[in-house]
Amino acid sequence: MNIQQVNISENNFEQCIKCTICTVYCPVVPVNPDYPGPKQAGPDGERLRLKRGEFFDESLKYCLNCKRCEVACPSGVKIGDIIQLARIKYGKKKPKLRDVMLANTDFVGSVATKLAPVVNASLALKPVKLAMDGILKIDAHRTFPKYSSQTFESWYKKNAAYKQQSYKNQFSFFHGCYVNYNYPQLGKDFVKVMNAIGYGVNLLDEEKCCGVALVSNGLINQARRQAELNIKNIRKSVLEKGCPIVGVSSTCVFTMRDEYPHLLGVDNADVRDGINLATRFIYHLIDECGVKLKFRDGIKMKIAYHTPCHMEKLGWAYYSASLLRMIPGVELQMLDSQCCGIAGTYGFKKENYPVSQGIGASLFRQIENSGADFVATDCETCKWQIEMSTSKKVMHPVSVLAEALDVEETIKANAK
Amino acid sequence: MKFDVVIIGGGLAGLTCGIRLQKNGVKCAVISAGQSALHFSSGSFDLLNKLPDGSDVDCPVEAAGKLDALHPYKKIGELLGFYADEAKSQLIGCGVDVVGEAGANTYRITPMGTLRPTWLTMSDFTAFPDGNSLSGKKLLIVNIAGFLDFNTKFIADSFESRGAECRIVAVSLPETERLRLSPTEMRAPNIARALEPETVLAALLSEIKSRSEWADCVVLPAVFGLSDLAPLDYMRSVIGKKVCLVPTMPPSVPGIRTQLVLRRAFERMGGVFMLGDSVAKADLKNGEIAAIYTENHGDYGIKAHCYVLATGSYFSKGLVARPDSVVEPVFGCDVDYEKKRADWYDSSFFARQGYMRFGVVTDDCFRAVKNGKALANLYAAGSVLCGFDALQQGCGAGVSMLSALYVADKIMKG
Repeated sequence: MNIQQVNISENNFEQCIKCTICTVYCPVVPVNPDYPGPKQAGPDGERLRLKRGEFFDESLKYCLNCKRCEVACPSGVKIGDIIQLARIKYGKKKPKLRDVMLANTDFVGSVATKLAPVVNASLALKPVKLAMDGILKIDAHRTFPKYSSQTFESWYKKNAAYKQQSYKNQFSFFHGCYVNYNYPQLGKDFVKVMNAIGYGVNLLDEEKCCGVALVSNGLINQARRQAELNIKNIRKSVLEKGCPIVGVSSTCVFTMRDEYPHLLGVDNADVRDGINLATRFIYHLIDECGVKLKFRDGIKMKIAYHTPCHMEKLGWAYYSASLLRMIPGVELQMLDSQCCGIAGTYGFKKENYPVSQGIGASLFRQIENSGADFVATDCETCKWQIEMSTSKKVMHPVSVLAEALDVEETIKANAK
Repeated sequence: MKFDVVIIGGGLAGLTCGIRLQKNGVKCAVISAGQSALHFSSGSFDLLNKLPDGSDVDCPVEAAGKLDALHPYKKIGELLGFYADEAKSQLIGCGVDVVGEAGANTYRITPMGTLRPTWLTMSDFTAFPDGNSLSGKKLLIVNIAGFLDFNTKFIADSFESRGAECRIVAVSLPETERLRLSPTEMRAPNIARALEPETVLAALLSEIKSRSEWADCVVLPAVFGLSDLAPLDYMRSVIGKKVCLVPTMPPSVPGIRTQLVLRRAFERMGGVFMLGDSVAKADLKNGEIAAIYTENHGDYGIKAHCYVLATGSYFSKGLVARPDSVVEPVFGCDVDYEKKRADWYDSSFFARQGYMRFGVVTDDCFRAVKNGKALANLYAAGSVLCGFDALQQGCGAGVSMLSALYVADKIMKG
């Protein structure tokens, strides 16, 4: 028996050689001295926690779960997973009402869309913001994303569902909470692009929030239930219907591919390859399957692409950047890959606001100095953070494609 | 995904190769599993300091002729001097400011304060022409209070043994004291980051200046300039007398900056750098690599005309030691190693260690060998190669850069 092959623990904390490179790339360490850094919080602390759980340190809550430590680690240690699992296993602090509200994007979204005009108007009011700041500890600087009065799902059922079966190829769209409740336009853009290249868009029988916000707010059981439901429906689509799953949010896709098995213990090995991100899916169709995109004439724009943390971890920024570069007249600048500071619901919490803005400061400076017309990124919470903290608008690469696309020509080019 | 060349490994060898190719219009992708050993850089690049018999080298280019046939420099042969100059000018062209010549070694200071021969030294540091440069000098050794990776006493002892007079002081600011909350994480890059705001740096420098009147030269740990050289220039102008930086224990601030600068240069030329990914498997057809598959890109293969294995040595898992063998895990290339494990190492820690010479077998032009046959489109460069002992011979950086440039030119010539 080869002892070296069997004495490695699941999250391989013992392979850490204490080089501290992870700490160099941690976005929290330079701005929050209360956070001991990924090496200390992760593999070092794990040794102590294995001895006695009471060595768990509440300061682990300052971890953003950005996974940049894992991307940097030369030894392949799953530092971010170690920290998040320790929070799940040993954390004693119960989620507050605010955390439950922020985490339940699904439930809050479905109520808020019904009352969208009222909700949007009141969330923008100063007294409401101050009340939320004072009572719920949701920072008053934050601008809540607007809720749409019609969900993406209901738009789809009324306007798109009936014609999808006419396309030769089919896939299932995991729209996520943001597209459904806040910004159905992104979903419509995606349907437009996919239909133009001959792909019919289906929805899952049922989809729940991927659960990323539940995990980070400590609502693990609920996260696991939602993960199981999603995987069940994903299995039905991928294995029974042969329809791959495609999402537009890098975080939803990352969570379903990697956090489900690593943090929630929900096995997805049989369908993981079938869970894809929109830009990667489209890039692959062009690269390997002969799909063509045709663009309108006269486009001229300068775009700065921001790599969200989970996109960096997925390693897929190349796909989004390559697609944007295919549009004639686009000048693309890749911004330095760094955390914007929002980390989902983290930045909404009053106690995290200064840290959140401190983390993003150098990114915001680079964006302001870029001279770009707008920023493109695959993550909705990065979009909120950048739009709040800079003068630039942020667009999803799929929306950029949809706007630049010559639909008639694209349909013709892919008809053969 | 399709590229002209895919380079596996994003350290000194991988980036050196990628930059030369990309500069000449060859479309490259670098796949890097985590950050590289450049984070452990001394701030200098060695070409050749000692021969295998232990004799000192003054002129690396001449002495290289005396190396045995397996040494990577022997494959570069007559072109060694040419590629050494190319390596230097490529570094400078990318923004890594270095001094030194391949014809004559100079001396660098180690973290322990001793002097060692070297080839190129970054402008952060001082390259001494010989070992006697410190004699009669009054040196003020300044540490940041609480910083454990800078051994002031060792450094003072070493400098004093060379005839210098030393005094040691520690300085602190609220911003550096804050780092002491996590004493194990008070490392050079964290200090460098704390000193990034100009007001903080100015406060530290005025404290240092006020205590340095007595000294001819101020000795400081290399904790300045994580992303660019501006803090160093500022520091030298404020202190107003000779400043001698000493490298710290890792992580290395100048090393991290070098990694960043080289990666940016590569990307600016249009290269694609994929960090945090590793090759999971490769398709081999007719003695060639047809495609590779990585952890991140899964079933979407990556294709190229040529591949370069620049995965480094044991630290970065370019070589993996098993109980009874040493293997190259990406392609399963042939590795030259002693069959008896007892011959791998010497129980005397400071003696020459056998495992240092192990590495991937290549043909005359660095094409990697698998099952006794060179693969037609897979080259190997850097510390994954066999036949040299980077520690004993002081040739690690030289082998990395020179083999990488040589391979890049081979690929371009076809």
